[in-house]
Amino acid sequence: MAVRKVYGSLNSPATLKVLACLFEHDLDFEFVPVNLNAGEHKKKPFLSMNPFGQVPVYEDGGIKQFESRAIIRCMGFEYGKKGEELIYWDARKQAIVANWIDVEGHQFEPPALKLIFEMVIKPKNGLAPDHGVVAEAEAELGSVLDVYEARLAKSKYLGSDRYTIADVLHLPNLQSLLGTKAKKLIESRPRVRAWCSEILARPAWGKVLEMKRDKAQA
Amino acid sequence: MAPIKVHGIPLSMPTQRVLATLYEKELEFELVPVDMKAGEHKKVPFLSLNPFGLTPAFEDGDLKLIESRAITKYIAHQYANKGTDLACGDTKQKAIIGVAMEVEAHQFDPPASKLTWELALKPVFGLVTDKAVVEENEAKLAKVLDIYESRLAHSKYLTCDCFTLADLHHLPAVQYLLGTEAKKLFDSRPHVSAWIADITSRPAWRKVHALQKEY
Repeated sequence: MAVRKVYGSLNSPATLKVLACLFEHDLDFEFVPVNLNAGEHKKKPFLSMNPFGQVPVYEDGGIKQFESRAIIRCMGFEYGKKGEELIYWDARKQAIVANWIDVEGHQFEPPALKLIFEMVIKPKNGLAPDHGVVAEAEAELGSVLDVYEARLAKSKYLGSDRYTIADVLHLPNLQSLLGTKAKKLIESRPRVRAWCSEILARPAWGKVLEMKRDKAQA
Repeated sequence: MAPIKVHGIPLSMPTQRVLATLYEKELEFELVPVDMKAGEHKKVPFLSLNPFGLTPAFEDGDLKLIESRAITKYIAHQYANKGTDLACGDTKQKAIIGVAMEVEAHQFDPPASKLTWELALKPVFGLVTDKAVVEENEAKLAKVLDIYESRLAHSKYLTCDCFTLADLHHLPAVQYLLGTEAKKLFDSRPHVSAWIADITSRPAWRKVHALQKEY
């Protein structure tokens, strides 16, 4: 029986963030798919694992966690590979990483998800995007990426000169945005574009994309 | 001159979150006012402290931080040996506290902040409350509080029998909502009610609340 399990969906950015981190740390795990279309996450027994009815849930050695950023932080401290940790043990250095983790959650992800919903999910379900919402979200995300552009002039990655959790958290939504017209927001900002290309090329992210491809072909 | 500076105002919930943590840790600091009415937070030099134009911005010597929950985590970690222990417990406990902090940020705070804006702050600024937004967010917050009610049946605080940062993060919104019609959401849930009465009576929080009232 696997020590680690991820209950989630390969369509969920939060699930993909956790999977990326598991691969970064070379950790074995069992992936247990949760059928979001069938509402499995809103019923028991899933609700007994996460009463907020969201994927992913992560189990490691009998401890269950939900909320991807909580899972990923703990994983970073528990399993960091010496010299290549995705976190810092030093309080001051970790504070800056934590700063950018929260920027991803509060500033980047909301407009990114709105754009992905309008430009990817709605068309898949035969619905037309709301151009007003798209324009507003593009403006919002553009302002955030201006801040990133300035930050990346001073720091190789968002949280430090090393790749950290703060960068990993962006992977699924950046990947999705690059498949839409909103990619211009990334491509028009040279440092953001370079950072984006680099982090999306990481082998751990490649393994997540492989899982998605395998599922699509199954 | 204190090395710790908080740039913000005592009305701002994220600023209050940071002040509460500093008081719990018994740390000296300077609260540097930001003239938000004049839009100071959307201009240089404030933007060099927080490029998103939001309060608070935080300095500890040459360390500069934004995002209140990143700041509070830093304070709790860097000054672990001072004042109240806000971390509490072993790896398993820390894992649970980590979840509770993300729940506050992503499940509790969105509806609670919207309700605070509509019911507590808009009236102060002479703006009209949007009843539809209130109804929608009261329903969302009620669902979150149902989960908290079950949780608080098993322990005195959200993660265990000790007060931690996970409980503290709720204080600003909870305090504002106690002064509004949304208070009914707490009153109808006895464990939530008792928890709120407890955390809002903490001396460190009373100091923050006093600053808010004086402002």
